[in-house]
Amino acid sequence: MSHLPSLSPARTIDVSLGPQHPSTHGVFRMNVTLDGETVVKLQPVFGYLHRNHEKIAEGNSWLAAMPYTDRLDYICSITNNWAYALAVEKLAGIEVAERAEFIRVIVGELTRLQNHAAFLGFILGDMGAWGTALMYAFREREKILDLFEALTGARMMCNYMRFGGCRCDLPPGWLETTRKLVDGFPAFLDEMEALLTGNEILLARLQGVAPLTPERAINGGMSGPVLRASGVDYDIRKVDNYGIYGRFKFRVPRGSVGDCYDRFMLRVLEARESVEILKQAIAGIPGGPVINPKAKQRGFRPPVGEAYGRIEGPKGELGFYLISDGSDRPYRFRVRPPSLINLTLLEELSIGAKIADVMVILGSIDIVLGEVDR
Amino acid sequence: MTGVLEAIRAALPSAGIELLKNQSPCAQHSLLVAPKDARAVAEFLRDSLGYDFCSNVSGVDWPARKVKEAIVRRETVEGVGTDVQETIEREIPGFLEAVYHLFSIAKKSGLLTLRVRTGNRDDEVSIPSLTPVWKSADFQEREAFDLYGIRFDGHPDLRRLLMWDEFADHPMRKDYVPPDDYEYEPTPHDEILAKVKSRTEAA
Repeated sequence: MSHLPSLSPARTIDVSLGPQHPSTHGVFRMNVTLDGETVVKLQPVFGYLHRNHEKIAEGNSWLAAMPYTDRLDYICSITNNWAYALAVEKLAGIEVAERAEFIRVIVGELTRLQNHAAFLGFILGDMGAWGTALMYAFREREKILDLFEALTGARMMCNYMRFGGCRCDLPPGWLETTRKLVDGFPAFLDEMEALLTGNEILLARLQGVAPLTPERAINGGMSGPVLRASGVDYDIRKVDNYGIYGRFKFRVPRGSVGDCYDRFMLRVLEARESVEILKQAIAGIPGGPVINPKAKQRGFRPPVGEAYGRIEGPKGELGFYLISDGSDRPYRFRVRPPSLINLTLLEELSIGAKIADVMVILGSIDIVLGEVDR
Repeated sequence: MTGVLEAIRAALPSAGIELLKNQSPCAQHSLLVAPKDARAVAEFLRDSLGYDFCSNVSGVDWPARKVKEAIVRRETVEGVGTDVQETIEREIPGFLEAVYHLFSIAKKSGLLTLRVRTGNRDDEVSIPSLTPVWKSADFQEREAFDLYGIRFDGHPDLRRLLMWDEFADHPMRKDYVPPDDYEYEPTPHDEILAKVKSRTEAA
């Protein structure tokens, strides 16, 4: 009998990553079981930011839910507004004013640009390039947020869409500033690419990490850039042609391997396509009212029924499922959160990867916790 | 939608399935599937009809409610028949519902809405999980279990998703009453004071 502790064979250790970890993009926790440095199990833990958005919306009037949708994915408040407005318009059969459709496309694609710019900065932060890349990305994002501020009065919580249109018209000179920004945006992407995409460390950290097959991506409910990075040709802007997307010419970039590098590059390519859409939309915007004058906002009571409306948000398929019982508040208000559902396969992607790669995998999915936890 | 219904009926003749009309202008009708057949119908939809993408899973709470219906009754008084209009009240028992929104990525078509209902809101709250068919239902069924109390049989990991594990109630149900004391108030006033008084008087 020895008094020394017995040397056990290799054991796994449990590590709690988060909730206060800078690379979890908010308050998100992962219980990771490690064998050495390799992940053998990963359990995501949600709910740190849960305030039951759906319950709050069911207790408020239809219009009062609009500013709350800003707080879902707080990076892209305008597309959240759009998805909700679209679902309500489906539910009540409301026509959208022509000029508002163009404004929606313009602000929606600007939202995509600033989301993808922020993504490029964040994922480099996740890889250890702290600050510098993020600073360049945020410089560009700030310009777009300034445009939002000029248009809506708020940089992030825009509360801009209304049923049947938008809240206010474009201020004088706004379109011209936007055109200049859009024309200058590819230069930023070129600069980012010149600095980064050929970088050896970046390639080593992204290429071949956590590949995802198209079959698994579809079955796992992945949507948006994560789905397309796996090579699936599915863009709701093309499939549903919601709004006036059918009038614009743009391509849908796709990945081939579905690894982190594809997910990274897909955002860059998608931003370039957004620039194309923006150019066409700015050139073609007509005059007229920005809201359907027949659409009621206050005291709005849609007919009894239900509707599921969805858009191609910057993070994936953002949907709203609404049931109306004919009263002035939603009977059921459900958000289909792309950030949460894109995490379904996080464990599958992470098993077998190194612990340092988990942060990159999470970063490549691109989540916002305001939407994950609602 | 009717084509899908006919295809299911042809392949699974014994399946309890029904078309529910949606009165909204968008006319997104849905298929109500009996819980016992939900798995078979889901697998058929995925494998044979190409509905490979389960986009959205929502819980819905329908408490017991009374609906008024206008009926016309034929009344014969002293040999003369007259139509009498009457309003009757009918009680619909409560149930919980899981709503699945399906799309087909292969065919770029959709939307197909699938509904599965529980027996009631108290003890018969089990319906089969569709997570084995579509992995994307995983977190969303956990959320419906958490917030509505629907039990999904066959779910690989049915735990609360958003609320903490010790939490007892289901906050998205229509009759959920939030506790008075989840935020400590040293000097209760207004509504909180009224609630506290009514509690202490009742006790």
